[in-house]
Amino acid sequence: MTDQLPSPTPATTLETEPFWEAAADGRFVLPRCNACDEVIWYPRLFCPSCGSNDVSWFEASGNGTVYSFTVVERGQGGWREHSPYVLAYIELAEGPRMLTNVIDVDPDTVAIDMPVTVRFDAGKDGGNIVRFGPAS
Amino acid sequence: MSIRGAVHIAGAYEHPGRHLPDLTVPQIHADVARGALADAGLSFSDVDAYYCAGDAPGFGGMSMADYLGLRCNEIDSTETGGSSYLVHIQHAAAAIAAGHANVALITLAGKPRTGGAAPGGSMRSSAPEGSFENLFGLNVVAGYALAAKRHMHEFGTTSEQLAEIKVAASTHAQHNPNAFLRDVVTVDEVLESPMIARPLHRLDSCVITDGGGAVVVVSDAVAATLERQTAKVLGTGVAIKHSTGGRPDLTFTGAAVSGPKAFAEAGVTPSDIDYASIYDSFTITVLITLEDLGFCKKGEGGQFVSNGGLLARGGKLPFNTDGGGLCNNHPANRGGMTKVIEAVRQLRGEAHAEVQVPDCKLVLAHGTGGTLATRMGSATVILGQEDA
Repeated sequence: MTDQLPSPTPATTLETEPFWEAAADGRFVLPRCNACDEVIWYPRLFCPSCGSNDVSWFEASGNGTVYSFTVVERGQGGWREHSPYVLAYIELAEGPRMLTNVIDVDPDTVAIDMPVTVRFDAGKDGGNIVRFGPAS
Repeated sequence: MSIRGAVHIAGAYEHPGRHLPDLTVPQIHADVARGALADAGLSFSDVDAYYCAGDAPGFGGMSMADYLGLRCNEIDSTETGGSSYLVHIQHAAAAIAAGHANVALITLAGKPRTGGAAPGGSMRSSAPEGSFENLFGLNVVAGYALAAKRHMHEFGTTSEQLAEIKVAASTHAQHNPNAFLRDVVTVDEVLESPMIARPLHRLDSCVITDGGGAVVVVSDAVAATLERQTAKVLGTGVAIKHSTGGRPDLTFTGAAVSGPKAFAEAGVTPSDIDYASIYDSFTITVLITLEDLGFCKKGEGGQFVSNGGLLARGGKLPFNTDGGGLCNNHPANRGGMTKVIEAVRQLRGEAHAEVQVPDCKLVLAHGTGGTLATRMGSATVILGQEDA
């Protein structure tokens, strides 16, 4: 079920290492453009809103709401045995919509606009993946 | 400069096979190229421009030009997934209008049924977004389910309305002897098929087939020498819609941009269109695209497709009369080429008699490559009779 989803070590690049290093420490960080203040997702050291490369990281609130979601009944590959699982776009309090999983929840109770908070999910493979669960 | 009326589709050919274990991918490219050139009354030696996408093996256009023995002055391997071939029509039209080419060949081929390719293809491992999407179990169906769920939330669209799209496709496919699925299905049968990613069922999804197709785009001068009926390219539009720095709006597609561009270039409106080939990777793809192209208002797609709205007989907008990707064919997991081919058949009056639109003068083909939930390449092509 959804509390033991695949959590492989994420492939990182020079641009995304800070995100995953923070996650490993239990911190949820986001990149923000210092030129136009846009909070950027997915993480990159470039602002697709204004074209600046002056980007820095800040600690995010970890709060959000469900923008859309699907309960995947038939996952593919390594996800097959973990179905059903919830794949969702979470609209973060800071603005961006982030693709992730909603865990620690009965999939039948997930709804659009549901408040959620960040979870650092070690999963079954020992990685530290940023997922979300119901806000307490 | 507009390409309106400057180029013509002179040849179109769809491989009849859906299960091709005994052919290589280059062989299928060659078979459909030969078929489309023969349909036009042209030969390989007439081709001076070649277009292909990510389904072409090896070094893409260079490898295939070599395999086919083409002598090209113009080449383009633009890759926007399943819509690539409609983008290629725009690029071929521009190249021909600019005098760089006279006979452009566009091919598609692949073997996802017997060749072991993953459904929907796979993203290159170097994609910068890779570890922020696939890591969470995003797959092809889920990428469309996310859009369907949001559309339902905002506009009250229902699973029954989505199922109507499959019912219409299957009603048409029964007349296509080559169609992968020829049984007419009901709304209930769609809803009772296995759920893959809520709210999308197995029968909301396109088929997975081997096969391919090709079209030949020619200049005015070449068209004037051909006996075969040609289709005039009246308008084209292309758009990339992406995740916008993390602010995707899942209720519309790139068709909201590519459609108006194509209509403006053609000088026509949605109500003028006699037949539409709409990309149908999933039922939701069709519904949102119809809204974005302006066949109905945003949010009213469900109502538009209900009560047989897309049927060749008695529908508001006859669509995908070959059975589409939902029933007929989705070669190489890419449905754009077959959308163009059926549109050309309709203009020529060569669709099956049971689904031929009477007095068909103006047609539209639309492609959607990629995934509704993240990034997509959208392309619209409007074709007309030569006197249009």
